[in-house]
Amino acid sequence: MALQAVKSNRDIILDGLWRDNPIFRQVLGICSTLAVTNVVLNTAVMCTSLTLVTALSCLTVSLLRHWTPRNIRMMVQTLIIAFYVIIVDLILKAYWPEMSSNLGPYVGLIITNCIIMGRCEAFAGSNPPVSSFWDGFYSGLGYSLILLGISVVRELLGMGTILGFAVPYFSNPQYWDKWIIMVMPPGAFFTLACMIWLCRSIKSKEAKS
Amino acid sequence: MNSFGSEIWLALVTCFAAVFTQNILLTTFLGMCPFTSVSREVKTAAGLGGAVVFVMTFTTALNWLAYKYVLIPLELEFFRFILFIIIIAAFVQFVEMVIDRYSPKLYQNLGIFLPLITVNCAILGASLFMVIREYHFIQTIGYGFGAGLGWLLAILAMAGIRTRLNESRVPEGLRGPGITLIIAGLMALAFIGFTGVLG
Repeated sequence: MALQAVKSNRDIILDGLWRDNPIFRQVLGICSTLAVTNVVLNTAVMCTSLTLVTALSCLTVSLLRHWTPRNIRMMVQTLIIAFYVIIVDLILKAYWPEMSSNLGPYVGLIITNCIIMGRCEAFAGSNPPVSSFWDGFYSGLGYSLILLGISVVRELLGMGTILGFAVPYFSNPQYWDKWIIMVMPPGAFFTLACMIWLCRSIKSKEAKS
Repeated sequence: MNSFGSEIWLALVTCFAAVFTQNILLTTFLGMCPFTSVSREVKTAAGLGGAVVFVMTFTTALNWLAYKYVLIPLELEFFRFILFIIIIAAFVQFVEMVIDRYSPKLYQNLGIFLPLITVNCAILGASLFMVIREYHFIQTIGYGFGAGLGWLLAILAMAGIRTRLNESRVPEGLRGPGITLIIAGLMALAFIGFTGVLG
């Protein structure tokens, strides 16, 4: 019994981080976060909020799963997600007003992020609370890793810094011309496309061997 | 009268900016999920885009009224996420019923797209931008319409390009979403060219 539980936990982690990674498997849920990937710090805050909201919403949906009528479950899920998003938004506004204004409407847009809805619908609706919580957590984490990767590339190539600290080679105008395009919206599209390309190629190699 | 005229002008400028320079899809990445999944055929893309224009224009206006006359007097601004979502969902449901009752033909073409729209982040995003940028009412209508139109334009162009893409040889890992994103990036580059057109 214990062994089985350990194995399924391992599956949850692997699925969330790699095998079923929401971004390059289905390209879902990038809407709300891609726009803030031009700076690493913003992305980190956004991803932390998203992971927390996903995990807690999955937990709540799973706790309430026996009392939720099937035909209105979407509405209930949306309200649960919105509830956590409001909490995150208020906390950010109270303790980190600059970050809150940097992120602008994107914190609120976590509500319509398809990943959260997807996890609630696919896993939390029919599984016990604890594993739902971890499933949401690792899905959020897998998503965050990719977006953090994108933001590191964009900030490094576009501004020569990471988390605001100058990186020796890239911040020196003598060696490195800043790629302004990386900080602008098209940069996000190109970086994400390359990321997906890379991950899919690795995957198809994995499948062949 | 003069101030009304300037309001209209402001709305037009906002509308133009929302279509081109601040295209909601290509500069703020909202509505990406349907963009990558529904843009395979021009006809379906046009259907979904039309529905988005319609719903976005009305819901941003409705949300503006709700925000100004309900949430601000009650000092419940933080409640806007939930209120906006409920208004959008209710509006979509309502439109679905009306279309189903009066125009079954339109319902057949548009009906399947309407439920998708409730979870389209661009719709909620437009309402949230409208609050943050403090638009006036007429300006809000212009913005909602423009943002929807911009989205329609982007998805139509993408669908057109993707039908052509079927005949070209794309590297294996890049097929599907990868190449779509690269095209979207190129389109975003083109749209940046509009910056500064209206001063």
